[in-house]
Amino acid sequence: MSTAELHTLTGAYALHALPEDERLSFERHLGACEACAQEVRELSATAARLGLAVSATAPGAMRARVLREITTVRQEPPSHGRISRAGAARGRAGRWTTYALAACVAAAAALGGVAVWQNQLAQDARQEARQAREHNTQLSRVLAAPDARTVSAALEGGARGTVVVSQSENRAVFAASGLARPPGGKVYQLWFDDGGTMRSAGLVEASDTDEAVLMDGPVDRASGMGITVEPAGGSARPTTQPLGLMGFPAA
Amino acid sequence: MKEAVHISGIPSPGPDLQELLVQVARGDQDAFTQVYDQVSGPVLGLVRSVLRDPAQSEEVAQEVLVEVWRTAPRFQPSRGSAMNWVLTLAHHRAVDRVRSAQAAAVREHKAALLDRTPDFDEVSEQVETRLEREQVRRCLRTLSEIQRESVTLAYYRGLTYREVGELLSVPLGTIKTRLRDGLIRLRDCLGVNA
Repeated sequence: MSTAELHTLTGAYALHALPEDERLSFERHLGACEACAQEVRELSATAARLGLAVSATAPGAMRARVLREITTVRQEPPSHGRISRAGAARGRAGRWTTYALAACVAAAAALGGVAVWQNQLAQDARQEARQAREHNTQLSRVLAAPDARTVSAALEGGARGTVVVSQSENRAVFAASGLARPPGGKVYQLWFDDGGTMRSAGLVEASDTDEAVLMDGPVDRASGMGITVEPAGGSARPTTQPLGLMGFPAA
Repeated sequence: MKEAVHISGIPSPGPDLQELLVQVARGDQDAFTQVYDQVSGPVLGLVRSVLRDPAQSEEVAQEVLVEVWRTAPRFQPSRGSAMNWVLTLAHHRAVDRVRSAQAAAVREHKAALLDRTPDFDEVSEQVETRLEREQVRRCLRTLSEIQRESVTLAYYRGLTYREVGELLSVPLGTIKTRLRDGLIRLRDCLGVNA
């Protein structure tokens, strides 16, 4: 699912209109996307108004039954967590985190603000995502930066590349979808384009071709980026035609 | 002791309900009685709009209200209004019931479903409720037809967006967008702050 599509699920989620599997995926997305969580909170409050509008009068017998029943029901402790569900999701958390963060960029710019969301699951997911990205805070800082700009382009071979640049962070994040694993003995290498001179911005591990990666080094005056296939270990200068070149959007 | 206010026309019935829930979290049964008096009408009305069957609705509403008691310690006032929390819970439970028991039947009764608009006539006639209903109805009218149909089928009938798409013969991507756009328009019309 594309990142834009993911974000449109806020409405369906607030209405509880997502099938189970999509709900879980989306909650993981929410956990990493505070702006999305804020939108969900607003839309969920809106949905509750639809509920209030059909308010009925409860029969007196129900009142008696409920008040009697609660005397026999033990209350949950405040810190009730859902460990099993969070555990089950852990395997994919890192991956979701990066997707979700990328999906968030536009929304973060548009909405801003601190998200607060009642749903315990979203809390769990958020915590999980936070752990998953602890080693990757700089990446998330770029994606969450208010001045983050995104540009996408088709790459050779049917893949699509997206780069997110933040001038304030002076860093860039690259992500590709549909990027095949590099041929044996080769790696993908990222480059900053410093006015026609390519400066290495690190390698993309074969296992990370569908992850967002923080490009090595500062953006500085780079006007764009490129990706090439290089021998394992990378090259000092590109040795092959780039799979793609992308100009950075103006700040 | 605070007076139990009946259903308020605003999304958050003021600090009282939140405050009461905090007391409920400490095991205060008197506070729960007051919470019950504020939320039972909205809970039952919402559950009934989704489930239709009166006996089943009462059963689910009762479960929801006991769950409010049981999980009150998990309610955090800083994260949203108490009424929103309760109604979200109620909608979840009603929808769970629909999905487990009636999923097949729902699909078979396509035509019947499409005819059903929210049953505004069955509901109580308290002034606050009537005002709230009028406002929601007015705002629903500001939605495009497909937005309104999508939102009401999803919320009041408890359908998944896939089922809504099937019923309306609209592509899934469109339904997702319409649900979001529709709710955003409603949010703005109702002046919801969260």
